[in-house]
Amino acid sequence: MLRLERRPTPSRFWQYGTPVVAVVLTMIAGGLLFALLGKDPFAVIRTIFWDPLFGEFAWYLRGQLLVKAGPLILIAIGLALGFRAGIWNIGAEGQYVMGAVIGASVGLAAYPTESRLIYPAMVLAGAFGGWIWAMIPAILKTRFNTNEILVSLMLVYVAETILAKAATGFLRNPEGAGFPGSRSFSSYKAASNPELIAGSGLHWGGVAALVTAGLVYVLLQRHILGFQIKLAGQAPRAARFHGVNPTRLVVFCMGISGALAGLAGLFEVSGPAGQISIDFNSGYGFTAIIVAFLGRLNPLGIVLAGLLMALTYVGGEMAATNIGLPSAAIQVFQGMLLFFLLGVDVLSNYRIRFLLFVKEAR
Amino acid sequence: MSDQVLLAVEAISKSYPGVKANEDVSFAIAEGEVHALLGENGAGKSTLVKMIYGLVKPDSGQMRFRGRPFAPVAPREARQAGVAMVFQHFSLFEALNVAENVALGMENPPVMRELAARIRAVSEEYGLPLDPARRVGDLSAGERQRVEIIRCLLQEPKLLIMDEPTSVLTPQEVEILFRTLRQLSSEGTAILYISHKLEEIRALCDAATILRRGKVVATCVPRQTTARAMAELMVGATLTPPERRATAKGEVVLGVTDLSLASPIPFGTALKNVSFTVARGEVLGIAGVAGNGQDELLLALSGELRSAPDKVRVNGHAAGDYGPLERRGAGLVAAPEDRYGHAAAPDMSLVENAFLTGALRRGLTRRGFIDWRATRAFAEEVIASYDVRTPGSHVAARALSGGNLQKFLIGRELDQAPEVIVINQPTWGVDAAAAAAIRQAILNRAAEGAGVVVISQDLDELLEIADRFAVLNGGRLSKPRPVEGLTIDEIGLMMGGAHGMEVAHHAEA
Repeated sequence: MLRLERRPTPSRFWQYGTPVVAVVLTMIAGGLLFALLGKDPFAVIRTIFWDPLFGEFAWYLRGQLLVKAGPLILIAIGLALGFRAGIWNIGAEGQYVMGAVIGASVGLAAYPTESRLIYPAMVLAGAFGGWIWAMIPAILKTRFNTNEILVSLMLVYVAETILAKAATGFLRNPEGAGFPGSRSFSSYKAASNPELIAGSGLHWGGVAALVTAGLVYVLLQRHILGFQIKLAGQAPRAARFHGVNPTRLVVFCMGISGALAGLAGLFEVSGPAGQISIDFNSGYGFTAIIVAFLGRLNPLGIVLAGLLMALTYVGGEMAATNIGLPSAAIQVFQGMLLFFLLGVDVLSNYRIRFLLFVKEAR
Repeated sequence: MSDQVLLAVEAISKSYPGVKANEDVSFAIAEGEVHALLGENGAGKSTLVKMIYGLVKPDSGQMRFRGRPFAPVAPREARQAGVAMVFQHFSLFEALNVAENVALGMENPPVMRELAARIRAVSEEYGLPLDPARRVGDLSAGERQRVEIIRCLLQEPKLLIMDEPTSVLTPQEVEILFRTLRQLSSEGTAILYISHKLEEIRALCDAATILRRGKVVATCVPRQTTARAMAELMVGATLTPPERRATAKGEVVLGVTDLSLASPIPFGTALKNVSFTVARGEVLGIAGVAGNGQDELLLALSGELRSAPDKVRVNGHAAGDYGPLERRGAGLVAAPEDRYGHAAAPDMSLVENAFLTGALRRGLTRRGFIDWRATRAFAEEVIASYDVRTPGSHVAARALSGGNLQKFLIGRELDQAPEVIVINQPTWGVDAAAAAAIRQAILNRAAEGAGVVVISQDLDELLEIADRFAVLNGGRLSKPRPVEGLTIDEIGLMMGGAHGMEVAHHAEA
């Protein structure tokens, strides 16, 4: 029989070890799943984890990694701040969409003016869009004590409806012959977010993600605000005793995570996606939750986790096209990662004892 | 009391990683004997009784119960053998009534009506007034303890273990409890009584086993041993009572005027028209049975609960609407009772916990950025000057024992050059030597000109260090009186006498 015994202090080793164990367990369980689907598990795992990095098309796929990882990292870092404080913003997907819609609106309103100020204005508008969307659950929570998980999640579906309306209505390309979707940003230079180094996949979103990771790392390690965020999450009563104002903390954390998700949306719509379309959002806001936890809610960990998750995206698409794996199987595979991570997380605070063993020792 | 041995503990040892909680412990309890287990915090008393009650398994050694080998692997087995235990922390559901709570702790509870009748019968037989239909949330701490005791007595135990039972009682309630325990003992029930209150042990117990650092260091007959001698056996050193220097009182540094506040705590007590002042160099002691507004008063003073500006004046500032940070700025430091989660963040290191309240007054930030080097120096200063036993300042707060953590937390507040100090339960669960050190440190700050409020349930402590004395009862504060000339009996009556006696008369009528 197994028994869990609480450690006096959390194990440093397992804090960093659990993500690795979770990845390995996901590969094993995923392999079983793929085998049950009638695919060669080794081929699938290799397609997902190896081919994008070192395979035949790696020259292209490596760039795709940064394209996918950028928004994941940017959103996950914002979420991690809130999660650290015990504030559960689950609706980053909606904030991402609203950032894209409002940021794109500003850019499209200026069309066809060419000015250096347009893109910065769009960036600000994108951040504002995500921020204002996150303020709704934040203010409802602080005023009426509503649950931010439910409110932020439900606002995702409202945002998707607004997105559909934008693509088919108020942002539709007037020269698009009635097809849904906005003007393309790639042909509107002042408002586009191009690849900065050819083939690298790095655009302004990736730069923003890395800069944010650095800033948030410093905030959490060295700034009193970071201390208050951690304190509020670990010991809410001690946080009040220290002097943290819970209302202000909710507004700050929700605001930052919303603004970062909005930024991710803006960089995506003006860059890789290229236009507002009905199916513009691809679940980055939800996947970023997995990335945040996989990265231990630590900005540097999140950068690594974002790259790993991007790998499963890129590799998953490869597996879908080359091996014919259903895309739902890839989503299950990604979900397993969070499942196993939360499962093995118990090791950092508890140690496993084999009871049989203890009895013999007596 | 007969000489027949009821429970014999033979050479029991138990180790946890890094500590030997019990080493080669042997002692015996006779049928009907009241046996004291005496020792400082961390001496291994709790581990020992947990092994007797089947919560912890010994590494080696054995126990005999009425001559037969006794090795319970679960409390259920211990209860079947006739061992019952009243814990220091009650496990009661506040929203349920007395009878329902008793039923929850029983293996095969009878139907409610029958159980209520049995509770009434036992409570009358042993002089523990208790109404089975009352909701536990409305009971005083003393009454809650009676629920636990009656729950045990319904099992008709041969051995009753009581862990620090008097820490929540008024002097009158202690008397009632002792009468009950003596009656049980005369009927043949042995009692294992854990405490560090020496006068109580001298009044109640037939024999005492003294533990220090996990080992039995002495046995004695408490009635024939002085409290001082027992204390020195327990601590292993000579004790010096705190030194009081008569200090001239200065101007008023803390003034509370007609403060009424609703409690933010479920089943809490609202503060009603509380008024008092504290002058520089003065210690105001506030007594009262737990749950009479102590936590709320601390929150109202620390700034976690706010009021109108002029209700609380700190060092000349109208501070009622100040938050905790601003009050620290005005010179007030506070130490709440609950160490794990309120005064300290259990999962954070001692360094981070030093920053928790020390940030402002010790200047540990530069433009919002934390100076970790200075913070570590502050934490290590506190560790060194308050004799906090820890492997280092990087250790999580939850890894420290209650007494050690308390030394750290009190030191953290006192080393901030405070003008006003508010402490709730400064030495609760702290061993005698550490408690004496903490009291001395508080008195030293008062001598340096700080105004001090000590909220405590330990009357001896308050009488030892306070200049003036007041009682919180039902959220109201009595008028502070000079300590000199007060008797324990008067204080007991100020505290509301014995709670729930009206029920006793009702039951007898």
